[in-house]
Amino acid sequence: MTEQEARAAVYAAIHLVAPDVDTDDLDEGARLRQDLELDSLDFLRLIETIHEATGVDTPERDYAAVTTVSGLIAYIAGNG
Amino acid sequence: MGEFLMPALGADMEQGRVVEWLVKPGDYVHRGDMVAVVDTEKADIEVESFEEGVVAELLVEVGATVPVGAPLARITQTPAAGPEPAAPAPAEPAPAIAREAPAPPGFVSPPVRQLAHRLGVDTDTVRGTGKHGALTRADVEQAAAALSAAAQPPDRHPPATRTPVPTAAPSAGGRVRSSPRARRVAENLGVDLAAVPGTGTEGAVTEADVRRFAAAPPARETAPETVAEPVSPPTAAPTAAPVAAPTDAAERAAGLRRAIGSLMGRSKKTIPHYYLSTTLDLRAALAWMELRNTARPVAERLVPTALLLKATALAARDVPEVNGFFTEGSFQPSTAVHLGVAVALRQGGLVAPALHDADTLPLEAVMSQLRDLVSRARGGRLQRAEMADPTLTVTNLGDLGVESVFGVIYPPQVALVGFGRVREEPWARNGLLGVRPAITATLSADHRVSDGLRGGRFLARIDELLQKPEEL
Repeated sequence: MTEQEARAAVYAAIHLVAPDVDTDDLDEGARLRQDLELDSLDFLRLIETIHEATGVDTPERDYAAVTTVSGLIAYIAGNG
Repeated sequence: MGEFLMPALGADMEQGRVVEWLVKPGDYVHRGDMVAVVDTEKADIEVESFEEGVVAELLVEVGATVPVGAPLARITQTPAAGPEPAAPAPAEPAPAIAREAPAPPGFVSPPVRQLAHRLGVDTDTVRGTGKHGALTRADVEQAAAALSAAAQPPDRHPPATRTPVPTAAPSAGGRVRSSPRARRVAENLGVDLAAVPGTGTEGAVTEADVRRFAAAPPARETAPETVAEPVSPPTAAPTAAPVAAPTDAAERAAGLRRAIGSLMGRSKKTIPHYYLSTTLDLRAALAWMELRNTARPVAERLVPTALLLKATALAARDVPEVNGFFTEGSFQPSTAVHLGVAVALRQGGLVAPALHDADTLPLEAVMSQLRDLVSRARGGRLQRAEMADPTLTVTNLGDLGVESVFGVIYPPQVALVGFGRVREEPWARNGLLGVRPAITATLSADHRVSDGLRGGRFLARIDELLQKPEEL
């Protein structure tokens, strides 16, 4: 999957889980937990939504690689 | 005859605003059917009926704010409370009940006459049960209910579903068991109820079922292919709860802050809190959870909170002094454990709706209900029982990164459990030092009900339970 496609999926999922986050003006270095204030349930829903949209599953052992928006996009692009 | 009253949705609530009626006069409601949506300062809350019968009259307009306890609607029981025959003879049903006695035409007061007129009841055919045979409102409503029971087309009026038919969703006549709320949502989303798998009682279709169905079109089989396709944004937008206008949101946030402030102020004034803290070893629990999660798809994975909640609920069963209500000068322990789960709202503030019977639910159910509860709390739609029932509240601030939280008890509850963040700690054991994941559990409890010894026993019990996660 291209990075653009991965980015679209990640942004759409963020919009769903945290509608108050402005994805038009998102700093991709933002940390999902601390900066976007997603809690563990939000995070679970985020990767679930991305999984449904792209087919890319993020197993728990890879959670450490997807702590930021850019990390998540790279992970989805690399595994899709 | 029953009245549907403005319920108290939490100890701090004094009034509420009706934002939506989910039924209309003439509708048949079962006990537990959602009847109205009430806006408190915390959330929009769906309120169920405690009566079974026909909605005779809505007494409050949408938008009206009324005090707790004010009647909102009147509900009349149908005369045939037992199993109803499928189709009573359609000819003259009302007189059949009414004319048993040679009723002397009783007195009919003007309001009762008006009511009868509105409900289409002929007062001459109804026997009065009031003083000197005077006709009461209840008489008229019963007659109306009888009329309604007999005359309504079967798809609007479902007496058939009350007979214990164990069949699942599509019952005889193609009717699907569902709440009025679910029907409305289905209509709005253009979903055919008959196609939705119901997860409610007796296969009833719930609102959550409808939303889930609408959100996930039958895409399961095509999943592998979607990898190659460009990502389709529609998965995101339409399922999100409508976001309120900014001013509305700001107003709500301010109202919520006031409500929290007044309740917590009252708590601190009336409840003599004491506080305990202990550090729990999570190594066994997290190792077990991670192993279990690797084999499961995202939707079935657990988070540590689910384990903590289950352990807390089980411990509360063993130490009943932390679970129940302190009202009118004495403590009533609760046999059920309904855990209030403090949910931070993204716009600020928090609500703590109940995860019912958390002690008896399997861990998977605790997890799925936790997710459902949190998403509805944030979407602004909770149910009355969820607001009123918590017997013990848990707050888990772990994701915000603090080590411990000492909460303020929600009256009339008598304790609050707090969990901090999971962290790695040096851990000395049997003369050896190791590193383990750990979490700080705290208890704020009511000294009128328990003391530190019992409170400490409760926290220790949570720790013990977490050492055998497979038994949770």
